[in-house]
Amino acid sequence: MALVVFALIAIVAAGLLAAWTLRNQANYFYLPEQMTASPPAVGQAVRLGGMVQPGSIATLPDGVTVNFTVTGNTESTVPVRYSGILPDLFVEGSGVVAEGSLGPDGVFLATNLLAKHDENYVPRELEGLEGHQAADYAADTTVGIE
Amino acid sequence: MIAELGLAALWLSAALAVLQMVSGALGLKIGDQRLAAFAAYARPAAVVQAFLAVLSFGMLLWAFAITDLSIKLVATNSHSMKPFIYKLTGTWGNHEGSMLLWVAVLALSGGLLAGLERRLKERTMNATLAVQGFVALGFYAFLLLSSNPFERLPVPAFEGSGLNPLLQDIGLAIHPPTLYIGYVGLSVAFSLAMGALITKQVTPDFAKVMRPWVLFAWVFLTLGITAGSYWAYYELGWGGWWFWDPVENASLMPWLAATALLHSVSVLAARDALRTWTIMLGVLAFSMSMLGTFLVRSGVLTSVHAFAVDPERGTFILVLLGLYIGGSLAIFAVRAGSIAEGKRFSATSREGALVFNNVMLSAILAIVLLGTLYPLLTEAFDVRVSVGPPYFNPAGAIFAIPMFIVMAIGPLLRWKSDKPVRIKLELIILALIVVGAIVLIAVLGDYPVLPVLGLALAAALGVAAFLPLRGRKISRTPLATWGMITAHFGVAVSLFGMATESAFTQERLAAVAPGSTEELAGWTVTLDGVDPVAGPNWTAIEARLSASRGGEEATLLNPQARNFWAPSQATSESALITRWDGQLYAVIGDTAGLDADGNQRWQLRIWWKPFVTFIWYGGLLISLGGILAIIGRVRVDLRRRKAVQLGNERRADKALLDQAATPPRAEPEPV
Repeated sequence: MALVVFALIAIVAAGLLAAWTLRNQANYFYLPEQMTASPPAVGQAVRLGGMVQPGSIATLPDGVTVNFTVTGNTESTVPVRYSGILPDLFVEGSGVVAEGSLGPDGVFLATNLLAKHDENYVPRELEGLEGHQAADYAADTTVGIE
Repeated sequence: MIAELGLAALWLSAALAVLQMVSGALGLKIGDQRLAAFAAYARPAAVVQAFLAVLSFGMLLWAFAITDLSIKLVATNSHSMKPFIYKLTGTWGNHEGSMLLWVAVLALSGGLLAGLERRLKERTMNATLAVQGFVALGFYAFLLLSSNPFERLPVPAFEGSGLNPLLQDIGLAIHPPTLYIGYVGLSVAFSLAMGALITKQVTPDFAKVMRPWVLFAWVFLTLGITAGSYWAYYELGWGGWWFWDPVENASLMPWLAATALLHSVSVLAARDALRTWTIMLGVLAFSMSMLGTFLVRSGVLTSVHAFAVDPERGTFILVLLGLYIGGSLAIFAVRAGSIAEGKRFSATSREGALVFNNVMLSAILAIVLLGTLYPLLTEAFDVRVSVGPPYFNPAGAIFAIPMFIVMAIGPLLRWKSDKPVRIKLELIILALIVVGAIVLIAVLGDYPVLPVLGLALAAALGVAAFLPLRGRKISRTPLATWGMITAHFGVAVSLFGMATESAFTQERLAAVAPGSTEELAGWTVTLDGVDPVAGPNWTAIEARLSASRGGEEATLLNPQARNFWAPSQATSESALITRWDGQLYAVIGDTAGLDADGNQRWQLRIWWKPFVTFIWYGGLLISLGGILAIIGRVRVDLRRRKAVQLGNERRADKALLDQAATPPRAEPEPV
């Protein structure tokens, strides 16, 4: 009987601990408009998802640090800085999820970038965005042709 | 013809699963002789079914080998230009094929159980086979109704669409089959547990039958996880060996449950304690492997490793999951009361330590499970979160640290009841090692808490693993004990690798022009040049690096950035130099503009990962420990069986002799 009580206490403790840590440590997902409206605390680990703004990718002189801008469903944009080897399908106008934290200067410092990693894969968080992006892209590219 | 044969074999196996289930269940009726006679069909049904299911898988393998493009699965997942070995391994690099492998392994283990196991009571065996048939039937239905691997195309495809390049690796040949054998081996443990529960035979004898199966599944799970971790480490090119990714967690959770089960079944076998707890863990372990299959196959969680996903099939597996887990819990609830409590023991005994660690393992399992499912839960409320190392590492460590401490001490305790004073010396030695290691590292530098604790515990565990040998004759130590020592030492080795890798890894990221040199952790790495290269189904740019350390001769490294053309996808192939004290890991990236002299620069990322290989050596040692334990147990068992047989023969002989020597005595004469 003591055994059962001990096991129950330990499992419940694990559950409570998990719930508590999850509240603190879960990596919340932000769209650019959400991040500009209510920014997370500086240094808190979050994810930022959106589209890489066409023409915004700039490689710094060191050759490994990249600055770019992420856009969402509205006009708001968030500047991102990332040091490292870019994912293979990281291109302008395509979806990206950046893991990292907001710096004091308002630049999002990414520690990891998740891009589409093959044609069929879209980061789950961006599933809703893709249609909007496609529409935008179509509008952008057809303006000149008409 | 191949596809039709395979499909027919699969349907026949499904029919045999029904026969096995029904005849096994009829075998439970004691009263009715005629019905009970049906039970004779259960064993042959399982054996023939195993043969047919394996045949069916063999047919699919054959279709992939010859790239039969009239089969839909082959056309969508293979390509005639693919290297032969990847044509074969591609058989299980997709949903249908991997489920067929799952089912084939399930049938095979059921067949082995039915064909080889003679120690169990016949009724318990019938119940076990009925449950096994029921489990198998669900998966046959899943395959045949929702994911037929042998579906034909109306018009054969002209060319296949290829296999995900990340999967075109020898890792695919090893990782999924070992993991599946582990997953499915747990189904036998589950069926045995259910069989024993239904027939109320939760005894040490039953535990002795169950133990090799649990060990067997656990060894394969360990190997599968180890192989998968190393595969992801070198294939994904991120330099990480564990990402706390849902798919990885899906394989870790059954392992945690199986580890707990393995220890509790040993207690049941040796001491006749922990009866209901063992049954519960048997249910839990298989539930976790079902849940793992569900998470990986359904696509409810996206992951870096989930390659074959389909949300609609998820529902089917979820229903199966609910049916099996719900059903077994219901039987458990009805029957648990009728199982007598096992033998008593005090808290400071070997059983006590094992129970403590069982609970700790279950707590870690709960942490991993909640962390894995939490994103699903919040998504229902439209909040998107991702859970990663900042959650899993500290939350897991809170339970892992006490577990490691008890793991060091537990094997030194006696069964039933013991006084801690008896092992005072050992306790003092271990405590000194832990404190000493922490102080030493604190003096050396400023490192994160968890790796430091990990290092200290690894040192103590490494010593503690061998302490059970104290006072024993080395030559007379049973093989199973050696298995325990090896496995526990493997845990220490693995923990040491993880801790050093996370504390002391050094990384260098730079844009490098050919001819220039980078320095890292005593290594000198020179980029000699970058060339385009081509393989059978890819083109790549390949860097020529020469790396040397301490004035030795330079070793060549050739990391590549590959572009596959069927399907079109880019991957990076890392290059590694393995030394006894760690690995140098290099990845080549994109072009990075021109340097001051107008030379083309390339992104280069290098890591020095000290003792990272110990993580996987540890995993191999753990599996080896399991294998030693199986051999030891089976050998003892065979010897005992032979002794019993000899004894019986001798007694029979003696009875015969007696009969021959003395004429049958008449009635004792009345006095």
